[in-house]
Amino acid sequence: MSQMLTESPLDPRNAVLDQVCDAGDPWMAEVKKGQIFRILDLEGNQAVDTLFYSAADPEERYSAVDTIARQRQLYLTTGSVLYSNEGRPMLTITADTCGRHDTLGGACAAESNTVRYALEKRPMHSCRDSFMHALNHCGCATHRNMSKRDITANINFFMNVPVTADGHLKFDDGISGAGKYVEMRAEMDVVVLISNCPQLNNPCNAYNPTPVRLLVWDPVQAAA
Amino acid sequence: MSAVFEPAAVLWEETIPGGNHWSGLIRRGTALRITDLEGGANLAALFYNPEDKLERYNMPDSLKAQHTAYLTTGHVCYSDMGRVMCSIIGDSVGWHDTFSGVTDAAMIEGQYGKATFQTHRNAMHRSGKDGLLIELAKYGLGKRDLVANVNFFSKAVPDDNGALSFVAGHSKAGDYVDVRFDMNVLLVLSAAPHPLDPATEYKPAAVKLTAWYAGAAAPDDVCRTQCEQNARGFINTERYYL
Ligand SMILES: [Zn+2]
Repeated sequence: MSQMLTESPLDPRNAVLDQVCDAGDPWMAEVKKGQIFRILDLEGNQAVDTLFYSAADPEERYSAVDTIARQRQLYLTTGSVLYSNEGRPMLTITADTCGRHDTLGGACAAESNTVRYALEKRPMHSCRDSFMHALNHCGCATHRNMSKRDITANINFFMNVPVTADGHLKFDDGISGAGKYVEMRAEMDVVVLISNCPQLNNPCNAYNPTPVRLLVWDPVQAAA
Repeated sequence: MSAVFEPAAVLWEETIPGGNHWSGLIRRGTALRITDLEGGANLAALFYNPEDKLERYNMPDSLKAQHTAYLTTGHVCYSDMGRVMCSIIGDSVGWHDTFSGVTDAAMIEGQYGKATFQTHRNAMHRSGKDGLLIELAKYGLGKRDLVANVNFFSKAVPDDNGALSFVAGHSKAGDYVDVRFDMNVLLVLSAAPHPLDPATEYKPAAVKLTAWYAGAAAPDDVCRTQCEQNARGFINTERYYL
């Protein structure tokens, strides 16, 4: 496995948005066309479950299968384009110090946790519950009439889910670490929906969910 | 009742011409033998709970629970509510694609050229996405409901870096997959080409659906006993119908 790591020249002091999303919390914001969006893994081996929607029409949204098929590639890194269900580029990854991000693993949910771990695990905190919470509380979502219908296969930034040539899907230890980040340029105005995965049952983050930092730069800052 | 396909137990049969689309309500306990009639077929499939159409096939949950990126005998398709919607009880193909999605009209025209109803009548080129959307619309569903689908009969394999290769000629004429429906399922299908198929001539293969009554998954069912996750998935499904 080879990874092309690409650093960013951007200075966090010039960011127009700089927030921390705590372990297990949802986060939602709009990123305008041309702005640069960075997700920073503060303590390492987090999985940041992320969905994108067109701000103009949330029926247009990140599509895992379009992203995979149009680039004939399962994993995301620098140069990867995140495609919408209309086949349009939504964002382009411009810097990545982790090297690989997952497109297949999706978000944990109370209901799928009963299958994956034990029937009794249903009451545990889950990413899809976090998505639902954000859709009902965040102003980014409430006036857009978004619901469970809009929750589709998400990106897991920093998550390492290799698929072998014989089709075996593995949940490997993370290849991320404290201070690693992924950065992307918005190709249209987008709404970002994150659940900072609290998956307590996953050994990849040592059963210890941690916070992440979200930054946005304006195009002029990005060019400076 | 038989979990194994028996011609004598057939309830009905229908052929989907290559490129065409189909949908219908399949009741739990019914199984479909899906046959590739010409070789090289691709059948995009989506599954919805007709009583609560917000419950639908979930690709990531299906892959995660079974630690697999493809489907074959012993695998099941999970809904987003942790239930087994349908299960693969027989398969002569060995690998069915889960992550490549469908073609849209622009992809079809770019790869195969333009062939409209005006010039080609029913031989017009159809895309997987349009076929699925037409069928979804018949139940009040639309673009927001179009999620990652299964592509029966198709195979795309990744290398160590995740680059995908399409395996041409993967399914032969007469190959089949037996899918048992463990919930009542609104089944939505398109037989348009796979998005990674490098063919330059538009001639998607026809598939045949052959229904029989297979009944509920027995305690020793090949899908229920595949892994402890599937055992729990079947419990979730069975509780739903109590
Ligand atoms: Zn999670």
